[in-house]
This record gives sequence, structure tokens and C-alpha cells, in this order.
Amino acid sequence: MATAEEKSLPTGSDCLQSARSGSNGSETNGYKSGSNLEKVLSAGHFAVTGELGPPQGADPEHILHKAKLLAGAVDAVNITDNQTAVVRMSSIASGVLAMREGLEPVVQMTCRDRNRLAIQADLLGAHALGMRNLLCLTGDHNVFGNHPTAKNVHDLDSVQLIRMVKDMRDDGVFQCGDDIEGVCPSFFIGAAANPFGDPFEFRPYRLAKKVAAGVDFIQTQLIYDIPRFREFMEKVVDMGLHEKVHIMAGVGPLKSSGMARYMRDRVPGMIVRDEYVDRMLAAIAGIPKEEKAARRKAWRETGIKICIEQIQEMREIEGVAGIHIMAVEWEEAVPPIVEGAGLLPRPTVD
Amino acid sequence: MIVGEQKPLAEIMELLGDARKVLVAGCGTCVTVCFAGGEKEVGILASELRMKSKLDDHPMEVDEVTVQRQCEWEYIDPLGEQLDEYDVVLSLACGIGVQAMNERFPDAITLPGLNTTFLGLPEEQGVWEERCQACGDCILGLTAGICPIARCSKQLLNGPCGGSQNGVCEIDPDVPCAWQLIWDRAVKLGRVDQLMEIQSPKDWSRSRDGGPRKIVREDLRLEDLE
Repeated sequence: MATAEEKSLPTGSDCLQSARSGSNGSETNGYKSGSNLEKVLSAGHFAVTGELGPPQGADPEHILHKAKLLAGAVDAVNITDNQTAVVRMSSIASGVLAMREGLEPVVQMTCRDRNRLAIQADLLGAHALGMRNLLCLTGDHNVFGNHPTAKNVHDLDSVQLIRMVKDMRDDGVFQCGDDIEGVCPSFFIGAAANPFGDPFEFRPYRLAKKVAAGVDFIQTQLIYDIPRFREFMEKVVDMGLHEKVHIMAGVGPLKSSGMARYMRDRVPGMIVRDEYVDRMLAAIAGIPKEEKAARRKAWRETGIKICIEQIQEMREIEGVAGIHIMAVEWEEAVPPIVEGAGLLPRPTVD
Repeated sequence: MIVGEQKPLAEIMELLGDARKVLVAGCGTCVTVCFAGGEKEVGILASELRMKSKLDDHPMEVDEVTVQRQCEWEYIDPLGEQLDEYDVVLSLACGIGVQAMNERFPDAITLPGLNTTFLGLPEEQGVWEERCQACGDCILGLTAGICPIARCSKQLLNGPCGGSQNGVCEIDPDVPCAWQLIWDRAVKLGRVDQLMEIQSPKDWSRSRDGGPRKIVREDLRLEDLE
């Protein structure tokens, strides 16, 4: 990975000059953003990110509680942006709260709810509030959420969003080309990749477009089909993309056989191999239906066990630079997973 | 063509309110071809209104007329003289026709009997599908002849989102993924390279976002010809 120092940056912009001289508080020491996640990945450590879903209400305790569960177990945590198109506390506001607990946020930003003006305004604010990681997403369609009659935006798509954020950071310009005054928002830029979406042959090229647009790290969709993920990664490695972007494999602990089945049969863009459903079913073999607590315990133990095994498999796949653990509404599972995978303590990089 | 769909009868009755004398006005172009507002549909709806209003103890007098095109002055001008007789004109044209009537005959009230749904084509008998959003900046030359603005539910310009699976869109298993269609055709045509180019943010000012659009062709204006 080329750091900002190694790259030939344009020099015309005031904001770049001041950023380099460190006079405005955004000194990044040769890093693009200076975020912990960037430092961990740049140093070659196997990185770990988690996910935190904000509440459908205004209680800060909700975030603070979840952040406490995750702190120390992950290098940074994604804060979802109206996930599944359901209104929740904003990602940036939640990120401020998470930072109070010492957790570094990855602000998720979808193209569904904001046009280019709103996104750029929010990015200026997010940077001013200390956020340094941004995940650029298309966003789930609003028909899935609790405001299906809303007007969706999609002024930009995720590739265009990546380019815009990169230009704001590296060239000091807004999307329209105007100079940014003073401090430029400098984010470590992330994006998603779904190796299980179709057209399958297009997926590595779609990733290549994100790389060309300037993405720094990738988090994949939840992986419950490792052979297909391997096939995807082989193509990615053939194309040399793993040398240009840090790819983090998406995993998540299954909570029950019902959840595994639901994701296999009902969630668009997901593939779940039968073996996972079968193992979750086997976990409760012999436990009567009425013993709900016992079933739940058995399921959760197996879910965590499978997740740890998956991480170990991912670590052996060429081009995988870290894992992204999605355990939304089950944040407690993350520390034992990270520990079980032998990834604790998390590194500190200066 | 412009595709429309008749509003539910209950909504039409509510729109008509206390009107006693109604002219149902059809259009002989797009909405005739899509069986929503031509002479035949005008006849059926007029009969329904007569029967329903009678059943409701509020009998309406309903007349029928269908013009060649409700969106052109020359075809609607002849209607002008008779409009005084009616409390309301119920137009079965698209939204352009309804507005043309209101604009040309400001003293008459013309109400919409259709929902103008989209610009599309009949895929098969009885099935219409959207094909164009009139975005004002056609990109079909870059997308294997398939429009992601009209046909991708997120209007993506740089490839499919993560919700495309088995050829269908995440919003509905009956909706084909536009990017699957684009990819398949590009592969067939040997033009996949075109899809690897990053498409810049779209200029939406040429779409509705720039306000109502207008084309002035000086070469066609009568003042210039004189």
C-alpha cells in the first residue's frame, strides 16, 4: 500500500498545504487518515472490525453499552447508517458516543438517503468530530425498511462516492471542483464487496472499479460459502487487487438454525451452505423444544465455534487482510470470538 | 409510449364529488394503445359512472368524447365550445393531456381519471414495463442498450449492488436485475471493457432535478420561418 507521503499529491490547494504543515490539527504523519484501522492494516497486522447498530431512539446509553462490550476486542467498529432502511440514530452521532468509550468508529454512509451536498456536509462534520474511517455503501433499498414510501436519492453510487471522498482528501476539492477551505476531511476509505451477488463474474471487476476510484479497505458481505469466497479471492489475487486494497472478510456468528435457514432462503445477495444449517440443527439435537434457554445456549455456543473456525480458514486465504465481524444485537459474542481466534490482544501501532 | 392505468372507481367518484354533468374525455394515442384511456375505456368508465351514481342516489349525466391527442392544441381546441355545459371534465389522457386541457380551457375543471405510470412498452399482451425515465442525458450507448436509470431500482451507473442474485433485483423476485441484463448482453457483444470504465456522477440537472425542461428549436419556430 502506498502511503500518502509516497504518492504524488497535488499541491495547489490551501487545505493540503496546511494539512501537511500540521497547522490545522489534521496532521496524519504520512498516513492518509491516521486512523487506528489504517495503522493496524498498514503495519501488516490481521485487522479486526466489528459492527454496532444504533438504536431506533435517542438514548445514548444504548450506544455506550454496546461500545463497552466491543472496546478492546476490535480495531474499529462500523456504525451502520439506517441499516435495512430503518430509521435509527445517525451513524455520525453514534460514532461520537462510541469514541467516548474509546472505540474507533467506521462511519457507514449510504447513497440512499443523501445527495452529494448532504454527504459532503456530513463528511466535513464527521471529520471535525474526530472520525477518520468511512465506509461507502449503496444502501439497502427503502422497500425493506420502515419508510417504504420514501423517496430514495441515489444521486451518486458507491463507486462515485469513493471517488468524491478521495478527491476531498487528496485533492482538497468538493465534488463540484471548488476548493475546500482550511482543513480537508481525510478518511480511510472503505467499501463493501459481495462475492455472493450476481453476476458472479462481474464481482471482481466491480471491486477493481472501487480500487480504481480510490478505496483503501474492503469489508465483504457475510461469508457462509467459503469455497465460493476462495474462488472470488483467487480472481482478486490474479488481478493483483489484494496489493492495492486491504480486504477484510465478513463473518458473523449464527444465533440459531432458524436464522441460518432464513439467511439461506430469504436474504437477497446471500449464500449459506447447507452444512451451516445442519450444524446449527445438530447443536440442539436431543434438547426438547420447551427448554428454550438450553437450546439458545447450545445454538450460541455452536454459532461462536463455527465463527472461530471460519476466521481460521479465512486467515489461510491469500489476500485476506483481516476480518469484519457482524454480530449486530449480539455484541457480547465478539470478544470470545476474537479471543478464540487467537487475535487478542489487539495491536497498538503508533 | 406513455403508459397509464385507470384510477380506482371509488377515487374517481370522490374526485367528481357533487358534479352532475360530466364529460369523460379520452385520448387516441398512447393511452389507447395501452388500453387505459381510449374510446373503448371512455365508454366503459362512462357506463360505470352512470350506474354507480344512480345506485348512490346521485345520478350523473355522463357524455363521452375521444380526441386524437389530448396533448396538442389543434386536437383539443374543437372541444372548447361544449365545455360550458359540464361541471367537470374527467380526462383519461396522461398527465400531459390533463394539463393541456386545464391550460387551454382555464374556466373548465379537468380532473385526472388515470395515473400516468411510466414510459415503457408492452412486453407481451397485457404486460407493460418501464424502459425510460426521460433523464435528459441518454447513456444507453454505454450500458449495452439497457437503461440502469429506469431499470435498476437504485439507478446505479457502475455495476450491480450486492442485492443482485440469480438474475433478479433485491426488491422483488419478479424484477430482473438491470445490471445482470447489462452484463449478459455486454458479454454477448464482446463489450465488457465498456463496463470497466468508471462512470462519473450523473448530471441530474438535465433530468427533472433541474426544474421543468424545455426545448426551443429556433429552426422550427414560425417567427423564424417568416
